[in-house]
Amino acid sequence: MAELRTETMTVNMGPQHPSTHGVLRLVLELDGELIQSATPTIGYLHTGIEKTAEQKKWQQVIPLVERMDYLGAQSNSLAYALCVEKLLGLEMPQRVKDIRVLIAELQRLSSHLIWLGTHSMEIGAVSMLFYAIRERELLLNINELLAGFRFFPSYIRIGGLREALPRGFHDTVNAFLDRFPTKLDEYEGLLTKNDIFLRRTEGVGVVSEEQALAWGLVGPIARAAGSDYDVRKYFPYSSYETYDFNVPTATEGDVFARYRVRMQEMRESLKICRQAIDRIAPFGEWACDDTRVVPPPKDKVYTEMEALIQHFLIYSQGFTVPAGDAYVPIEGPRGEHGTYVVSDGTNRPWRVKMRAPSFMAIQALPSLVKGGLIADVVAVIGSNDVVMGDCDR
Amino acid sequence: MIHPDEHDHGLDPDLPILTTTVERIVQWARKSAIWPAQFGLACCAIEMMAMAASRYDIARFGAEVFRGSPRQSDLMIVAGRLSRKMAPAMRRVYDQMPEPKWVISMGACASVGGVFDNYAIVQGVDQVVPVDVYVPGCPPRPESLIYGIVQLQQKILRSRA
Repeated sequence: MAELRTETMTVNMGPQHPSTHGVLRLVLELDGELIQSATPTIGYLHTGIEKTAEQKKWQQVIPLVERMDYLGAQSNSLAYALCVEKLLGLEMPQRVKDIRVLIAELQRLSSHLIWLGTHSMEIGAVSMLFYAIRERELLLNINELLAGFRFFPSYIRIGGLREALPRGFHDTVNAFLDRFPTKLDEYEGLLTKNDIFLRRTEGVGVVSEEQALAWGLVGPIARAAGSDYDVRKYFPYSSYETYDFNVPTATEGDVFARYRVRMQEMRESLKICRQAIDRIAPFGEWACDDTRVVPPPKDKVYTEMEALIQHFLIYSQGFTVPAGDAYVPIEGPRGEHGTYVVSDGTNRPWRVKMRAPSFMAIQALPSLVKGGLIADVVAVIGSNDVVMGDCDR
Repeated sequence: MIHPDEHDHGLDPDLPILTTTVERIVQWARKSAIWPAQFGLACCAIEMMAMAASRYDIARFGAEVFRGSPRQSDLMIVAGRLSRKMAPAMRRVYDQMPEPKWVISMGACASVGGVFDNYAIVQGVDQVVPVDVYVPGCPPRPESLIYGIVQLQQKILRSRA
């Protein structure tokens, strides 16, 4: 029998596709159902945030960076605030550090819930989205209590926080922390031993530890492949070194290992949240005492001339930051999220650059899906947890 | 003499009957079963998901069937900032939708460019596709989007088939 001549087929996936997590475009070269090569095309959500930040005053950049990685919004603003504070040489009071840790961990929970909902919806467990968003709404309630805004509270500011904690904050957070562990068990009961879920995820999109480090993958993807790199442990910031928590790891490096690592991470985050909320006093400092950055309290503004002038200057001209550059990495929901800021000594940043973990996750995508089935692409994208706003900026 | 209200017009009074126009009943059917395209761009898409999910449950307004293919949908919710690179792709998605079709511009970025007044972002999606309802907010709360969809339903009911 004569040999059959076969040709590869090129399939375009995205930028409008229900499961590419936004506007990622993949050009897949297929041999039947098998993937010969995959070429990601990015830039469909390029927003020019880094460039726009150069036109804003230092404090005005906070809302911009929150809209970058929109699932881990307050991790972004924490990274940026820590970076500018490093340039300014500011040291935060312990209570502010603890509140920031709490907010960052709640943000990680919120981001992982969206990941859990969308990832499992895309590989067939549609009802998971409703479970995950049900609990996420409680986290958004906490945001709303903090700042009156569900999504981007902009509560972390350069020099501390926006204002004092609202009344009833501790009760709301504690109610959530009490409720959430049973909900996590509920999710795991639905998925972890689910045969369909296991068949879709086990042995799919395998990455080894060496490969992961070579691609610059960090965060849950690298930890699922055996690395134990976590910025919170290696380069502690905002007093993470005083918290007791473990870094969950796995060695398989497949989609299911990433699922297990993230589920464990949520439990560890809960542990950190509990420690943090116990440390935070209901009343106390919510900003540092540096008058360059933090406006004076309102009662002084109304009675003292100097305070009034200072208040006016901070809100009209902003503050200046000493010339120099700084890089601060933090452990965002997707891995090492770094902010690099250059100042030329004026009231606006000269350059703001982000190290986005989603970008690394996307550049490793071709090697993860190569040789696999086309249906597995969706599982791999979901388990890499890419956010195009983070990648394209 | 029979009062006009009591006149049975030769119909069986036990049989419930409503009189209307074909146009009105067609538009009523259209507004009661809006199928949005599953087309998210950025942050607003997450609030759009929240609107469809547990707490807000857009199924109460008959618009919960998010379709992956634009060819099966009749509402495009432009949820998020539209970059210049994405604009042709979005126009293609709009062109693939069958008539009649409607567009909701969700959020400040989609409506006017929002805070991103720069080289990369289209300053309002109405430069690319015709928009029926603008929903303000950054991102709008799910309630706002539900209000936008209700406004669209009223607009559909008012318009000609």
